[in-house]
Amino acid sequence: MFDQLSERLQGTMSDLRSRGKLSEDDVDKAMREIRLALLEADVNFKVTKQFVAAVREKAIGEGVLESLKPGEMVVKVVSEQLAELMGGSGRDLAFASKPPTVILMAGLQGSGKTTATAKLGRHLKEEGKSVGVAACDTQRPAAVDQLDRLGRQAGVEVFQQGTERDPVDIAEWALGRARSQELDVLIIDTAGRLHVDNDLMDELVAIKKRTKPHNILLAVDAMTGQDAVNVAEQFAEATEFDGVVMTKLDGDARGGAALSVKAVTGKPILYASTGEKLDALERFHPDRMAQRILGMGDVLSLIEKAEKELDLSDAEDMERKMRRDEFTLDDFLKQLKQVRKMGPLTSVLGMMPGMGKAMKELKGANVDDRELDRLEAIILSMTPEERRNPDVIRGSRRRRIAMGSGTNVQAVKQLTKQFDQMRKVMKQMASGKMPNPEALLRGQMGAGRRR
Amino acid sequence: MPTTWTDLIEAEPGAELQEPPGEEGEDSGEPQAKRRGVFRRLRESLATSREALSAELSSSLFETLDAETWERLEEALIMADVGARTTAEVVSKLELEVESGKVTDGEAVRERLIELLAELARVGDTTIDVRKRPAVVLVVGVNGTGKTTTIGKLASRLRSMGLSVLLAAGDTYRAAAVEQLTTWAERAECEIVRAETGQDAGAVIFDAIERAEARAIDVVLIDTAGRLHTRTDLMDELAKVNRVIAKRLGGPPAETLIVVDSTTGQNGLRQAKIFSEAVEVDGVVLTKLDGTAKGGIALAIAGELGIPVKLIGVGEGIDDLRPFDADEFAAALLGD
Repeated sequence: MFDQLSERLQGTMSDLRSRGKLSEDDVDKAMREIRLALLEADVNFKVTKQFVAAVREKAIGEGVLESLKPGEMVVKVVSEQLAELMGGSGRDLAFASKPPTVILMAGLQGSGKTTATAKLGRHLKEEGKSVGVAACDTQRPAAVDQLDRLGRQAGVEVFQQGTERDPVDIAEWALGRARSQELDVLIIDTAGRLHVDNDLMDELVAIKKRTKPHNILLAVDAMTGQDAVNVAEQFAEATEFDGVVMTKLDGDARGGAALSVKAVTGKPILYASTGEKLDALERFHPDRMAQRILGMGDVLSLIEKAEKELDLSDAEDMERKMRRDEFTLDDFLKQLKQVRKMGPLTSVLGMMPGMGKAMKELKGANVDDRELDRLEAIILSMTPEERRNPDVIRGSRRRRIAMGSGTNVQAVKQLTKQFDQMRKVMKQMASGKMPNPEALLRGQMGAGRRR
Repeated sequence: MPTTWTDLIEAEPGAELQEPPGEEGEDSGEPQAKRRGVFRRLRESLATSREALSAELSSSLFETLDAETWERLEEALIMADVGARTTAEVVSKLELEVESGKVTDGEAVRERLIELLAELARVGDTTIDVRKRPAVVLVVGVNGTGKTTTIGKLASRLRSMGLSVLLAAGDTYRAAAVEQLTTWAERAECEIVRAETGQDAGAVIFDAIERAEARAIDVVLIDTAGRLHTRTDLMDELAKVNRVIAKRLGGPPAETLIVVDSTTGQNGLRQAKIFSEAVEVDGVVLTKLDGTAKGGIALAIAGELGIPVKLIGVGEGIDDLRPFDADEFAAALLGD
């Protein structure tokens, strides 16, 4: 997510940081780099121009260049401007004082509306609300079936009347049902439409008039190019939408669309959809995202995730074991499973400060979650004794473990060797020395990779 | 460069294909006028957007050739998603030609630019080869680009050209994708081989090819689940599907098409690159060109990866899938 953009910016930023003194020329040079980086990231041409001008003005004015650490100051300015560009600090959905709160989903074809509708339904249900979704996409064949299935998977009420009736009527009917069932939230899925298709835009406006939604959300594909701004402007004109759900952020799109939409329409990004599973929807935090782009890490999100997924008493237990050098492969397996609960490895690592460079190496080595599957398989093929004391694993045991896990002897060897190193690092940590995170990571990853 | 369906679809010698209705053949009365209509519609839709309008290059821009001309030119191409690199290449080439006196006046510069852009788009084999029997066409791409819709329209086109078609519902992941394709099969009046959501895609495809062979069907169109190119597991699965086909046929599919949404930005290049690493991609289908997006990313894909655009999608109707015309596309990129 935003990887290539952040890589580029990080290079420029670390160059700026390393300097004791900055001239206007230095800043201009950096601004040119930033301009190109943003354009390559699909940030809208005009937005890029404005952004660079604003950063330059702030960096050169306000006594930044005369300050003690001018490089740091410029980095701070860029970070603040990025967050500002993406929407300042986060914004919430508006909830009606008298339920149901109605949320209308709009967007182009293929932007991910139907999936986002179900995901948002699940998300709000997790927050303790009763939720219904209305299938008003009667255009795309089987869109109603899709929402019906996803909605049921998400555990929300699905209101659908097939594809024969008018979507506007279906929306109104669904609202009536939501009212009589006293639901907290009704989310209305609509047909994908081109912003230049007047008939369909009129239909959307009609649904809006009839259901008086408290929130209109526009689904925008993170892979969209320069046109994102046109789309957002046209939808804003027709429906005055309130916010954006940025979809498909789990690809390697540089996310320039995300940066541009807020700048042009003033509408913030509320949610980011980051995967195929129904739980892959997150609140969008512009300030945190800006820091992630600049490689400052997104520690806050990581901590929140960890708090949600990790068992605290378990963590304390682990820590004690690490300190006493009693950490076994069983504990490692447990940890591995917990980390994986937080999501795909790369997305977890991407949130850690200083991991930008390590991530690049990981990508090059093509490390993915299946490597972790192999690690798990190897450990699971060991006896309890072997997990407690990997030193006993020699020739024939190694062969048995390799056969059992469907790997090979080298992989088993690697794992035990890496585990040994890990224990040493843990000892160091326990004694207060902080190891270099990148070195630690490389060590661990090697285990699965070189088979 | 094929501009009609009969040119585009490369059939066995002797096979008599009919130009589908609604599309002009070589000898129809007003071939140009009608095809132009597609892009006129594009221009009209462009005109509804102020952003696109301001990016349009009026011919007056070329009256005086100075630094601003080149800058505005770069801006227009970048706004069309052509990408910084390809844009820089084309513009500097044009600039050199102007400096050397090869191209002089404004109108000639404009024409030369369209030529350069069209040249970029004209790479590789631009026909769709259906000479094998059955000719297997594999359709791939990221989520939401319009794979299933493209297959539906293509099936209908091939049917009206007199070919028999079978659809294989290989998207067993997305909820209701099979139902969506089934609807298209009914519209195009062709057979479909389907399985339930969650079943193995390879098995469905294997069955489809088997059935096509048994019934001497001409073309098998295979739908696949949309997948982000960053998902190595899903890309591996696609490579596996491709191996299943190759094993059954004793060779690769006759044609592998990647569907790219014309609103896609620079990420489209990554998509095409990584997909072509998993399966050998023969061509691009550029969809949703009826919006304001100009699909400039297709130029970058053609230029950097050598994969030509073969089809464009310009609307929701069953007839809104057309052969790609490089010249018209290049002109439309400049808002011409």
